[in-house]
Amino acid sequence: MTGDDLLILLALGVPLFAAAVTYAVGRMPDVRETMTLVACIALSIITISMFMRTGAGHPPSLVLAEPMSGVEIAFRLEPLGALFAVMASVLWGVNSLFSIGYMRGRREPHQTRFYMCFALAMFGVMGVAMAANLFTLFIFYEVLTFSTYPLVTHRGDEAARKAGRTYLATLVGASVVLFLPGIIAVTALMGSSTFTPGGLLAARVDDGAANIILLLLTFGVAKAALMPLHGWLPSAMVAPAPVSALLHAVAVVKAGVFTVLKVSTYIFGPELISTLWAAQLILWVAAGGIVVASVVALTRDDLKARLAWSTVGQLSYVTAAAMLPWANGLIAGGLHMVFHAVAKITLFMCAGAIYVATGATKVSEMEGLGRRMPVVFVCFMLASFSIIGLPPMAGMWSKLLLVTASFGSGAWMVAAAMIVSALLSVCYLLPLAFRALFPPMAAPVRDFVRPGGAPGLAVAAIVITAGACFALFVLADAMAAYLEPLRTESFVEGAP
Amino acid sequence: MSLLGTHFNYLAVVVLMMIGLFIVFSSRNLIKRMIGLAIFQTSTGLFYISLGKVAGGTAAIRLDAASPEGMALAATLDQAYVAQHGVDGVVYSNPLPHVLILTAIVVGVATLAVGLAIAVRIREAYGTIETNEITAVARVDAAGAEAAP
Amino acid sequence: MTVFDNLYVAAPALTAHAPILVVLAPLVGACAAALAPGARTGWVISVVTTLFAVWMAVAVAGEVARHGVVQYAMGGFAPPLGIAFRIDALGAGMGLLVSTMGFLGALYSGHALASEIDSQKHTLFQAGYLLCVAGFLGLVFTGDAFNAFVFLEVSSIGTYALVAAGEARDRRALPAAFTYLIFGTVGATFYVIGVGFLYGATGTLNMADMAARLGTLGDSSAVQAGFAFIVVGLGVKAAMFPLHGWLPGTYSTAPSLVSVFLAAVATKSAIYLMARFAFDVFPQTTTFGGLFIKDVLAPLAAAGAIICSLQAIFETEIRRMLAFSSIAQVGFILLGFSLASAAGMSAALFYMFAHALMKTALFMALGALAISLRAKRLDDLAGVAREAPWSVAAFGVGAASLAGVPLTMGFLAKWRLIDAALGAGAIWIVATLAIGSLLTLVYVGRMLEAMFFRAPPPGAARAKEAPVGVLAPLWIAAGLSIWFGIDASLPEAIADAGAAALFGAPR
Repeated sequence: MTGDDLLILLALGVPLFAAAVTYAVGRMPDVRETMTLVACIALSIITISMFMRTGAGHPPSLVLAEPMSGVEIAFRLEPLGALFAVMASVLWGVNSLFSIGYMRGRREPHQTRFYMCFALAMFGVMGVAMAANLFTLFIFYEVLTFSTYPLVTHRGDEAARKAGRTYLATLVGASVVLFLPGIIAVTALMGSSTFTPGGLLAARVDDGAANIILLLLTFGVAKAALMPLHGWLPSAMVAPAPVSALLHAVAVVKAGVFTVLKVSTYIFGPELISTLWAAQLILWVAAGGIVVASVVALTRDDLKARLAWSTVGQLSYVTAAAMLPWANGLIAGGLHMVFHAVAKITLFMCAGAIYVATGATKVSEMEGLGRRMPVVFVCFMLASFSIIGLPPMAGMWSKLLLVTASFGSGAWMVAAAMIVSALLSVCYLLPLAFRALFPPMAAPVRDFVRPGGAPGLAVAAIVITAGACFALFVLADAMAAYLEPLRTESFVEGAP
Repeated sequence: MSLLGTHFNYLAVVVLMMIGLFIVFSSRNLIKRMIGLAIFQTSTGLFYISLGKVAGGTAAIRLDAASPEGMALAATLDQAYVAQHGVDGVVYSNPLPHVLILTAIVVGVATLAVGLAIAVRIREAYGTIETNEITAVARVDAAGAEAAP
Repeated sequence: MTVFDNLYVAAPALTAHAPILVVLAPLVGACAAALAPGARTGWVISVVTTLFAVWMAVAVAGEVARHGVVQYAMGGFAPPLGIAFRIDALGAGMGLLVSTMGFLGALYSGHALASEIDSQKHTLFQAGYLLCVAGFLGLVFTGDAFNAFVFLEVSSIGTYALVAAGEARDRRALPAAFTYLIFGTVGATFYVIGVGFLYGATGTLNMADMAARLGTLGDSSAVQAGFAFIVVGLGVKAAMFPLHGWLPGTYSTAPSLVSVFLAAVATKSAIYLMARFAFDVFPQTTTFGGLFIKDVLAPLAAAGAIICSLQAIFETEIRRMLAFSSIAQVGFILLGFSLASAAGMSAALFYMFAHALMKTALFMALGALAISLRAKRLDDLAGVAREAPWSVAAFGVGAASLAGVPLTMGFLAKWRLIDAALGAGAIWIVATLAIGSLLTLVYVGRMLEAMFFRAPPPGAARAKEAPVGVLAPLWIAAGLSIWFGIDASLPEAIADAGAAALFGAPR
């Protein structure tokens, strides 16, 4: 066993082990939460190490089992996956910090199950990030779905169960009816479903089959919340705020758009994509989705619902990027996946902190709250800047790249949709922050329902991610360079 | 009408078969259903036996062609026909279907025995052998399962 | 069947007679069990004879892997005149399936019977069970069409009595057994009539001989009628939609051992025989057979897969849910079958193996719970996961395999089926499979949600964990479902070889 194999096994094993330990020591909250944090740190170190190796041209890889010929459980890192793995593991750590503050602050029941499912979800995310073929990706994609189901239904009441059913039905339904047949079709045509630089199907299948497979593989990934399969995301808002942060920033939706990016890059390749009418169709759907979701977000008074609809729109940015017939789009999409994750997790954690401190969930209830919770609301504003695409926040770079890539490849409707959506996001995010920080008059301000306001750990987590939004603004160029191999198509070719 | 003339045996089989099946599926009485089943199976036996009949042939019991019976039998048939279909100057019917149907009869009897035994047990458990009454009781059972396990 | 190539598991003298010993062992065991002095002795006889049958079935599989086809002439009368066993890769694979399931069932019967059947009757019950095993084994090995009927009825008559034995727990077992008897006998008689037509047309009962003569005969109306009778007759036995009326009552009221064995083996043996006739005996050049399979069988199978899945969703009794699920799964298998290609048949066979293992685990787990808990409805099982974790976990594995969760055998089975349908360009079959899988997920989700996540009703009787004697076979079945989900090379090889035996074209 080489070090590479060990790294992959560790990346899978650490969250699994963390889940087992969490279950075992469930009666001792302090030990349990310490173990979770230790696991986060360990996993981050592992993923960063894999990230470095991949960047240096030695991507770790491992074949675990081969149930049938052409169908194997195999892992292989590539820049996009490495980036996703690092993002997910680091944000898991931050989110765990926040969770501890939030869950203790709210005295939520079933905390052991909560942390255990979190760890299992990370197991799924790691598998998705490192998968070397569609089959492996599918397995971990489903692990992720099922491990997050108890998180969505955490409250256990009828509304939560109903949302949970929608969640499972949409995600599993689409993956079984569309995604899986697509995978099987790829395997049947090519003899395997391995992610291949330049595109597995490129120049090897006729256009008719490629169009259908592209539709199956894109719409089958309901986690990417491409309209009309976005309904589960707003309804999953019944979950506690840390779960929403995990679902909407780290694990579930990002696994979705990551899958779409992988399919576009390594199954089709930009060259094949550019010839398909299905890609054009998806571009139109995504462009429409971006605008519609932004408009709907504007009408929502519930803060989490507003953020959820904003996410639906932002995810379509990445889906659209994946369908652009230009490799620049892929790089922009990869960057946007990360930048949006960091900004959105901040916003959700802010929403959670406000809820814990004051019990407020609606935008209209938050006027003037910025006076009482200045740190939280300043961070909220900074993260909003990133979502909108204002400097000096990371989101600016990815939006800029996305819009130029769209224009550059002739997808003007996408570029227009992105610009309109940016303006709309100004309308649905900034007034909230401004009114909270600078209330128009001496309106009555809500009191804290929890003595001392938001828990310290939760605020610390928010500050970290808000700071990261700025740090990534500086690091954007390095990250784009890291993703450069997506364009050159020669990556991994010579590796073992 | 030629069908009636040449394939009379098959028509009889079909009629018997339909009678049997009709009783099986229309009757409410378990015993009558078993009788229908027996008729249905018997019709199959008849079908096989008539398949194995060779025109002018006798039962497949070894017969000496020189014996009076053999001579009498051969006399009723054309010599060329006997030469083509006969064995040592005697025409026999095909014995294999008889053997098969012997087996099938045994199977049928065993089925009948099991079926009647079950009918007896149903009588003991439900107090009736009428299908509709059993169904009514069974529905009460099911409702009981719904209400209190 | 590369795995069996170099497998010499028995002395040559035994191997030479292995085909008949497979069937004789449980048959003799049945007589011995009937005379056994006590329940325990009967159980030991049952386990030993079925284990011996497994051993011999493996020996046969080894011979088949080396020589292609094994012929065994009864009493030295050479076929086509004498009755012969003729075992090709397909028959050998089915023999392995039946004997293994028979052994697992026998192992399971030790404790499971105690709670369901009066202990006085255990020995007779074992006798009936072994008779049933012997019948199914003979059915898959025989090369004679009429002999197949006899074995079919040997197993069926045993089954009727076994199902009726469920009355001790649920008196609805009696009418169910009677209905099964009527359906089964009519089905078997249809089969006999079909064989009669073929015999009339070809003058032989030996299947290989029949195939050779039918090849030169072409499509006569007698042959067509024979084919139709055979398919309908076997369709009843296979619970092909809409001939499945007997199945839900039977599976849900029979003793759990019987449900286990029937679900694992009974319908599959009938499908095997149907495949034998459709693809082996009937020349594949005849348009009639092909049309029948494509235009009648396939739509019926699809309808069954969808409608019965829906019925399973709305059912409240858990064993009836599984029973309807079985009919739906038969529909899946027949869909693979109806592709009439090597890939489709291989997928159908693979699905059969997967389904046998998963349904064994599911019914065994319910039996294990039934030892301590008289539960019929799904609601009665709310929260049992906490009381009997091992049994319910095994149930979960079976259910996962049924739903087609990755890393279980059921997932690969669905994968292969969809792969085969795509290969044949039958998009509507792919769609049916996808929708059927989705419906399966719904009712599996209902079961698991009740067992794992719902709180038990207050004041209800509580379940206890089953004894090891029950858990062992249960976990063998569940473990195999997982093992073959991770490394499916063995069932894959058997299924491919079986399909190649019919279509002569290895994938």
